Amino acid sequence: MKLDLLAALNEERRARRAAVLVTDLGAGAQRLVKGDAIADDPLADMLDRQLRMGKSGSVEHDGKSYFLTVQAPPARLVVIGAVHVSQALAEMARMVDFDVTIVDPRTAFATPERFPNVRVVAEWPDKALASFGLDRYTALAALTHDPKIDDPALDLALKAECFYIGALGSRKTHAKRIERLTAAGFGQDALSRIHAPIGLDIGAVSPAEIAVSVLGEIVLSLRKKPLRADKEKAA
Amino acid sequence: MLATEEDILSQAESWKRAGRGVAVATVVETWGSAPRPVGSHLVIDDEGKFLGSVSGGCVEGDVVTEAQDVIADGKPRTLEYGVADETAWRVGLSCGGRIRVYVERVD
Repeated sequence: MKLDLLAALNEERRARRAAVLVTDLGAGAQRLVKGDAIADDPLADMLDRQLRMGKSGSVEHDGKSYFLTVQAPPARLVVIGAVHVSQALAEMARMVDFDVTIVDPRTAFATPERFPNVRVVAEWPDKALASFGLDRYTALAALTHDPKIDDPALDLALKAECFYIGALGSRKTHAKRIERLTAAGFGQDALSRIHAPIGLDIGAVSPAEIAVSVLGEIVLSLRKKPLRADKEKAA
Repeated sequence: MLATEEDILSQAESWKRAGRGVAVATVVETWGSAPRPVGSHLVIDDEGKFLGSVSGGCVEGDVVTEAQDVIADGKPRTLEYGVADETAWRVGLSCGGRIRVYVERVD
């Protein structure tokens, strides 16, 4: 592997852009195909398929074996609400290699003391997320129960096609939330993407257990199902 | 925090820039139950230091040894491990799977 190729691959990752390194396993020749140039590559279909699965893999083409090293942007998690559940969720998500950001305008909650190892932004979500670059490799969990704080974040997450959107609250709370977001112009398809009540049904009781159920649901969305935008593209 | 596949490739770049001989090993194929998925990396330097894993510990020792030859002559090698190997008692996968590992030098 040429050093400049390795450096370019690392650079694409830092910029949160998808890329695939193609290695001819017989001859050892390699090329880096950036996400926006995949359509022009001779192996376009295969590159596209592997990238959609987020999986590296071997493929055959014209009697040659190639290995595709797939690099999808690292998954991020934005948690709205610097609450008790968030403290557990932040630590667990970090262990699962999510890049975690906590957003809460209430400065009494959003303190580095309560969240020692992750980024904490003590701003309203619309301000905090404006320059954040929510994308389909980002998950968002809204955990405040407070429409003033949660709703603007859900609005942005839906528009950005985050791969996971979850919102804490009872069915009743969620029904009201749906009414507000419908009034804001979101259709049923978009709103059905919000996981609520949030988390897998594992009978969670404590804040840490609830964090496990939410994180489990996030991992499920990331790994088990194709990303929404990809499904639409395939259809 | 555990090193991700990407951290490992960043490490490969900085080791190389620091003037070390470096090889990257990649799991390119697995059969049966394999401990690490296809695409997993192990980076090795010319002193035998390594980061990452291709099998969760079963065959790393052998890959690190083979990588020294790759760093020395620059020829990529494809290595195969499985319980069926005659060397199974020495290096093999206790889980019963088989893996193929591609080892290449960073130039």
